[in-house]
Amino acid sequence: MEVAQQEIPAPAKTKETVEVSGSVALLEALIAEGTDTIFGYPGGAIMPIYDALYDYNEKLNHVLVRHEQGGIHAGQGYARTSGKVGVVFATSGPGATNLVTGLADAQIDSTPLVCITGQVFAHLLGTDAFQETDVINITTPVTKWNYQVTDANEIPEVIAKAFYIARSGRPGPVLIDITKNAQIQKFNFEGYVPCNHIRSYRPKPIVRKQYIEEAAALINQAKKPFVLWGQGVILGSAEQEFKAFIEKAGIPSAWTILGVGAIPTDHPLNVGMLGMHGNYGPNVLTNECDVLIAIGMRFDDRVTGRLDKYAKQAKVIHLDIDPAEIDKNVQTTVPVWGDCKETLPLLTELVEAKAHTEWLAKFNDFTQKEVEAVIHKELNPDTEEMTMGEVVRVLNELTGGDAVIVTDVGQHQMVGCRYAKFNKTRSNVTSGGLGTMGFALPAAIGAKFGAQDRPVVAIIGDGGFQMTLQELGTIMQTGVNVKIIILNNRFLGMVRQWQELFNERRYSFVDIQSPDFVRVASGYGIAGKSVNDRAELTAALEQMLNHNGSFLLEVMVTKENNVFPMVPQGCSVSEIRLK
Amino acid sequence: MTNTLNEDKKVLPAREDLGGVKQEFNITVYTENQIGLLNRIAIIFTRRKINIDSLNTSPSEVDSIHRFTIVINETEDVVRKLCRQIEKQVEVLKVYYHTNADVIWQEMALYKVSTNVIAEQVSVERLLRENGARAVVIRKDYTVFETTGHREETESLIKILQPYGLIEFVRSARVAIIKNSEGFNAKLREFERLEPGEEVIENEYLNQGQKVFTM
Ligand SMILES: Cc1ncc(C[n+]2csc(CCOP(=O)(O)OP(=O)(O)O)c2C)c(N)n1
Repeated sequence: MEVAQQEIPAPAKTKETVEVSGSVALLEALIAEGTDTIFGYPGGAIMPIYDALYDYNEKLNHVLVRHEQGGIHAGQGYARTSGKVGVVFATSGPGATNLVTGLADAQIDSTPLVCITGQVFAHLLGTDAFQETDVINITTPVTKWNYQVTDANEIPEVIAKAFYIARSGRPGPVLIDITKNAQIQKFNFEGYVPCNHIRSYRPKPIVRKQYIEEAAALINQAKKPFVLWGQGVILGSAEQEFKAFIEKAGIPSAWTILGVGAIPTDHPLNVGMLGMHGNYGPNVLTNECDVLIAIGMRFDDRVTGRLDKYAKQAKVIHLDIDPAEIDKNVQTTVPVWGDCKETLPLLTELVEAKAHTEWLAKFNDFTQKEVEAVIHKELNPDTEEMTMGEVVRVLNELTGGDAVIVTDVGQHQMVGCRYAKFNKTRSNVTSGGLGTMGFALPAAIGAKFGAQDRPVVAIIGDGGFQMTLQELGTIMQTGVNVKIIILNNRFLGMVRQWQELFNERRYSFVDIQSPDFVRVASGYGIAGKSVNDRAELTAALEQMLNHNGSFLLEVMVTKENNVFPMVPQGCSVSEIRLK
Repeated sequence: MTNTLNEDKKVLPAREDLGGVKQEFNITVYTENQIGLLNRIAIIFTRRKINIDSLNTSPSEVDSIHRFTIVINETEDVVRKLCRQIEKQVEVLKVYYHTNADVIWQEMALYKVSTNVIAEQVSVERLLRENGARAVVIRKDYTVFETTGHREETESLIKILQPYGLIEFVRSARVAIIKNSEGFNAKLREFERLEPGEEVIENEYLNQGQKVFTM
């Protein structure tokens, strides 16, 4: 489909101009972009913006976090649940450098963010002034775009560009560094003109009918077609289009951990999770399918395992909005460049209605095997100690799959993503590409601001919780309602698992001590409970969910439990181990 | 053949035989003139530990658009992936890549020698003619020669001048013109075309004068 040439009239500029400071112009621009919540932390170099914010109390909700890393992860959580652009403020120097982890995380997980950092006065740039850091150069590799503003006149246009770039095409984080003089400087503000075109920037590639036809022909001939879907489906708001496609073509479909939730967990064509700790069937059958259809996913090495042994028998169709992803890791037979919201309906129209019953049954057979070997034991253990899986099972029973589940990084993340039930899209918030410990607590805060009418449950390891636990302070101050489950195995569990399996149980520095989490929470005025006994688990989870406000629930789980199945690093996906 | 990264073109043949032979590739990048962009482009190479053999950047024939010529020694598969990453940058308009056979390329070299030595010991006329060189400056104390050509050509004059006390030598990066292209000008029109962006919520507070702008 060639996009027709279209004449867009230039948006009318407001006639009267108002003299405002750069800071006020910035806040006006944010409001014009639909921003309602900002996560941030003040400091000298961003003080003029915070001063202006004082008067915008009713229009902009500012959340004071306890660390800028917490601020940006909260922005990510907000963006992931709301589908809007997350906005983050930080001051120069250490404030800005504290954003780097979150930027890298948002960049690799395609999360739309606009981060505003204060910077020293323009005349001091490059002089090693107090709290001066070369933020533009530090953040270049971890942003979709960044820009330094030194003159207030630039602010409206730059902010408009920032939002357009952050949310269009393949979304990503944008950082705007504003020198202090530009924040103070007064100028004639002509009104805000949203950006919808940048000459050098093509957010979406042109959709080519020819490739849609080739792809449909391959799918129609396929005996064992298999769909892999990723977050692209959610980012493109293409959940309906995706469902229509797989249902018409009758294709078994598996997800990456960022794609989960695009269709309900119980959908008959949903055959499970891909990758290192994914399900048995999808991994093994990747090397048996004849046509592999990848939709909005990027063949991360945690998904593919050894590339030279990955789906060699299959013809590959790859649908992606980012041309650089196609052929990057896996060579495609038919590339389908474009936004899957546009390409999927075109494809659906051309595919024949089918039900690959026998082929789907194969997945179900593998599921059965996996249930017997792993899942049943994990979800219904006969051991004295509790497992991570059973906590998630009981949680599913109580929430019915309606909750937003935020996970940190480690074993609990894999267990959480494998077993949590999802009925709604934008329900799973996790750090996928970067694997950032400390992500979950602040991301859950942001997720709740982004989805205020939904329950938000964070599942966190005892290690990761201690990386950003100061954000309990943010919960205390804002009164935001998040439920925190700490799955405490008294180990850095995932690393310990690797040491057990691959390093002859040489448990090198994975034995981690923790404070009394419930007392820590109580210090922040947050209710909590710790359970060590299965008999108390359901009641404790109920208490947590029914509690009016945030709640921290610590569950003591088996110390040395492993997450299986597992594709060991350097192995092919079909060499997945059940134990 | 012009290898653009245009999505309508699938350059690679089969899945198995990826272009596995390393050779020199000339990458042409058209960009906006933007501070920091050189860094963004350079990072794409350094991240993959790829050495840039030659890098030239200068304004193009189109007002406000710059052109980079980057030379690297790599396989086509790697080059194509790099080019896609470059083209992904917001301020990059278009990227092309070519083998040496597909471009006309030149490097310029300057040679500084002592005027005395050269006047006394060398038949300057012959030297210039045989090497396609010309004298740029002749001063009492030194003379500067210039040649333009491929590496071997500029190299040969170094060898000749070395025995006579070459004082200073400098060579430019490569500039390359694509043999078989329609030119970038036509492509530019496509970029100038406006396309609708996503809807943006109008600012309900703007122009409410005092209500908002009271401090
Ligand atoms: C910031 C950061 N540092 C280190 C790691 C490496 N790492 C991955 S998982 C893991 C252990 C996590 O332990 P815990 O939070 O207790 O969760 P568990 O695996 O026990 O569920 C570590 C250290 C990481 N992913 N992120």
